[in-house]
Amino acid sequence: MKPKTLFAGALALLFFAFAVATLIQTATPKDPEGPPPVAHAEALVRMHSPAFGHPNAKVTIVEFIDPACGTCATFYPAVKRMLADEPQNLRLVLRYAPFHPGVDQVIALIEAARRQGQMWPALEALLETQERWTPNHRPNVEEARRVLAGIGLDMERLRADAADPAIAALIAQDAADARLLGVDKTPEFFVNGRPLPSFGLKQLATLVGEELARR
Amino acid sequence: MTVSSSAPPSPAWLLLFAAWIVAATATLSALFLGEVVGLPICPMCWYQRIVMFPLAVILPFGLFPDLDVRVIRQGLVLAAIGLLLALYHQGIVVGLIPEAIGPCRQGIPCAETVIRWFGFVTIPVLSIVAFATLVALLAAAHFRSHR
Repeated sequence: MKPKTLFAGALALLFFAFAVATLIQTATPKDPEGPPPVAHAEALVRMHSPAFGHPNAKVTIVEFIDPACGTCATFYPAVKRMLADEPQNLRLVLRYAPFHPGVDQVIALIEAARRQGQMWPALEALLETQERWTPNHRPNVEEARRVLAGIGLDMERLRADAADPAIAALIAQDAADARLLGVDKTPEFFVNGRPLPSFGLKQLATLVGEELARR
Repeated sequence: MTVSSSAPPSPAWLLLFAAWIVAATATLSALFLGEVVGLPICPMCWYQRIVMFPLAVILPFGLFPDLDVRVIRQGLVLAAIGLLLALYHQGIVVGLIPEAIGPCRQGIPCAETVIRWFGFVTIPVLSIVAFATLVALLAAAHFRSHR
């Protein structure tokens, strides 16, 4: 066999094997019921968890979010649009996943803003300016505080509230629940207790659509 | 020594070709496990990738248009570095070498075993086998071409 033919044949064979293996690995078995609900469902929503949308909504999306996580910031507008499209049927419950070291102090600021009725504006302002206060994945609380000063919060009160041990306990509870539920990356979504079959906005929309179509 | 691409391949050419098959298979396998299966990639694995991936790209330059013995030497250096890294990695896994605090952040310790086939085939073991095979094939190609 000519060397060039040998090489081209081997190259084609290797890529073919890679493509077949990828297809086998990514092929999801067709399951009309979708993924089963997660174990420890009681840990999904706590009394203290901030919620957005209709309280008796048919479908509840639980999102574990790390305010310093880039993908969380990218996903947030899309999730919000999903809620805006189904205001009567969708509810978002937010859980914190303080995975970036030091981000718990920024979460404390968000929870302190909640006591001034400004939790969602605070979260959105921080997600929008994430690159400013999280250079190189290191949350900078001072910079985050400067961002929040721009949305008209009582900064003296914010500083005092953020130091409240009750807020630290809330964050610790969320972190413990994340561990219990096997959440190890963010954002992680549960739709009526069911985890995403695989990560992606499309998968989230599909799962939400399935749950909306139920009953 | 040059071999015209129309002539039947010489033993040295075939050895270099076999080395490329090994490097390309290892490269695609590493990409498959990391990007398709989604296994976590620890820093030691990255260091070994740094020398394995270029082998898959540069070795064919020694095959065409004619056998280029300089590429054999370059490949041998990369493969030898890879073999040392793979042995060091296995040393961490079996506990001979204590894991340094520095290189393993983000919760992916190099000593963690994510795959175990037939009871003993782990990713660091596969890496040692691949790099050792590469060193052997390239060394053989080197001596064949210098006779």
